[in-house]
Amino acid sequence: MGMTMIEKILAAHTDQTELQAGDIVNARVDMVLGNDITTPVAIKEFNKIGVETVFDKDRVVIVPDHFSPSKDIKAAEQIKFIREFARQHELSNFFEIGQMGIEHVLLPEKGLALPGEIIIGADSHTCTYGALGALGTGVGSTDMAAAMATGKAWFKVPPTIKIVYTGELQPWVSGKDLILYTIGKIGVDGALYKAMEFTGEAISNLSMDGRMTMSNMAIEAGGKAGLIAADQKTEDYLKGRAVRDYTIYNADSDAVYEEVIEIDVSQIEPQVAFPSLPENTKGISQAGEVKLDQSVIGSCTNGRIEDLRVAAKILEGKKVHSDLRCLIFPGTQAIYKQAMAEGLMDIFIDAGAAVSTPTCGPCLGGHMGILAKGEKAVSTTNRNFVGRMGSTESEVYLASPAVAAASAIKGYLVAPEEVVK
Amino acid sequence: MILQGKVFKYGDNVDTDVIIPARYLNSSEPANLAAHCMEDLDQDFASQVEKGDIIVGGKNFGSGSSREHAPLAIKYAGVACVVAESFARIFYRNSINIGLPILECPAAVQATQAGDKLEVNLDQGTVKNLRTGETFEAAPFPEFMQEIIADGGLIEHIKKELV
Repeated sequence: MGMTMIEKILAAHTDQTELQAGDIVNARVDMVLGNDITTPVAIKEFNKIGVETVFDKDRVVIVPDHFSPSKDIKAAEQIKFIREFARQHELSNFFEIGQMGIEHVLLPEKGLALPGEIIIGADSHTCTYGALGALGTGVGSTDMAAAMATGKAWFKVPPTIKIVYTGELQPWVSGKDLILYTIGKIGVDGALYKAMEFTGEAISNLSMDGRMTMSNMAIEAGGKAGLIAADQKTEDYLKGRAVRDYTIYNADSDAVYEEVIEIDVSQIEPQVAFPSLPENTKGISQAGEVKLDQSVIGSCTNGRIEDLRVAAKILEGKKVHSDLRCLIFPGTQAIYKQAMAEGLMDIFIDAGAAVSTPTCGPCLGGHMGILAKGEKAVSTTNRNFVGRMGSTESEVYLASPAVAAASAIKGYLVAPEEVVK
Repeated sequence: MILQGKVFKYGDNVDTDVIIPARYLNSSEPANLAAHCMEDLDQDFASQVEKGDIIVGGKNFGSGSSREHAPLAIKYAGVACVVAESFARIFYRNSINIGLPILECPAAVQATQAGDKLEVNLDQGTVKNLRTGETFEAAPFPEFMQEIIADGGLIEHIKKELV
């Protein structure tokens, strides 16, 4: 019987040749990831196991990106704790402030997440690596601890929903709009306990940055993974980055899917997810007048160079509205530098936007852009839950960098073409 | 094991951000997590919850972030068990891994009101509403997960395997 991508990847990491949905396996993992919030708990659990050190010092990645640069004393203590653990176990992939980036932008950039691999991360957006043809999936701290000790993790093989994207994208429509539209269609639990495969010509035509935005938000539909088959674009992206050899796994033509959904992307306009669930999507033309206090551009969802280029194209020669703050968060130091070299930083600063060192800060209401009671933000991040970015009486509207940049200029939710003719 | 407790009832998509807001994640100390458990959904929860109480939720309970602090906060607050129509997958595995009893039982959720008393039999996977006398059967855990639960969580399970 044919196998899906996730069945093949999981089988390749066990001693079994064939797997099907519902099987439970204890699989080898290629990479174990944690951040400054989840790793402290993982270390405490790891120390209870009683092994001397981690299973492989090159395959544990720790990225202090959430409350860093340290937002307060407690956050500093947590980062100090994980830094000392990384030193004690001589981990080769601890990324100190200055080298650090937002984890799910950083790992692909460093070639640490590769096609056919299993990467578990104590961070729900580990599903980003699906864009590289890898099984990236979020777990908790105890799973991270167990995998650091044993190099293995337990998985229930999930059924897969295949989503076929056909047609050509309209102007200003991006991977973010496709995934928001998809979540709006299937709901925040539409892929619960399931994997998704994103396929079709619109995915083939999408850049690696756009693909990573899509896979990143698979979790917002409840998904275990959002997989995209590796192709020439993937291989070109990985040239000079990949730290190891890798194997590409494609789904069999007779693979068994739980469901196949077709989406004609030419019918999709820029999307906005209204508070307080990512499934509350509308086309921008249906948004009505939503006055905004803040526009956030960046994060593990949309902090890549293509995202900054789109924002700069819209902000060039214009000013951020005087009633609004525009905050820009490049995903990594390399992206920051690239944006400087391309003159994007000049455009942002001249427009009156604030640019930050890479951090997850505002996305989860950590620091660097918290919302007060009654405030509203458009954000290129991934969640618009109650209180996600600050006060429980604030609101977050999820959108693409193009919509966030255009709305920053107008001061309310607006379509990009209303700003750039 | 048989649990009896008073019900705190919530709706669908209770996310980990409201279970334990990110602003409190600069510490994983039990007292910190328990004090702010459910704060952004139900400000009275932390002061009203008593040891052995039961949370009943709708669909997709524990959605969002992977933060294990969420099931830990519920456990540290003294909650004995969470019964929901369905759980988000990371919350589900986190709960099993840390030894927080959870049960998927849509029928029991629909027939339960805030303040009811439930009796949960974890061995048989049954939920009895003591107000109405009705008993419901939850979906059983796969054998592998039952082993982790029986061992008291993933770390104890792994330790046994490593010996």
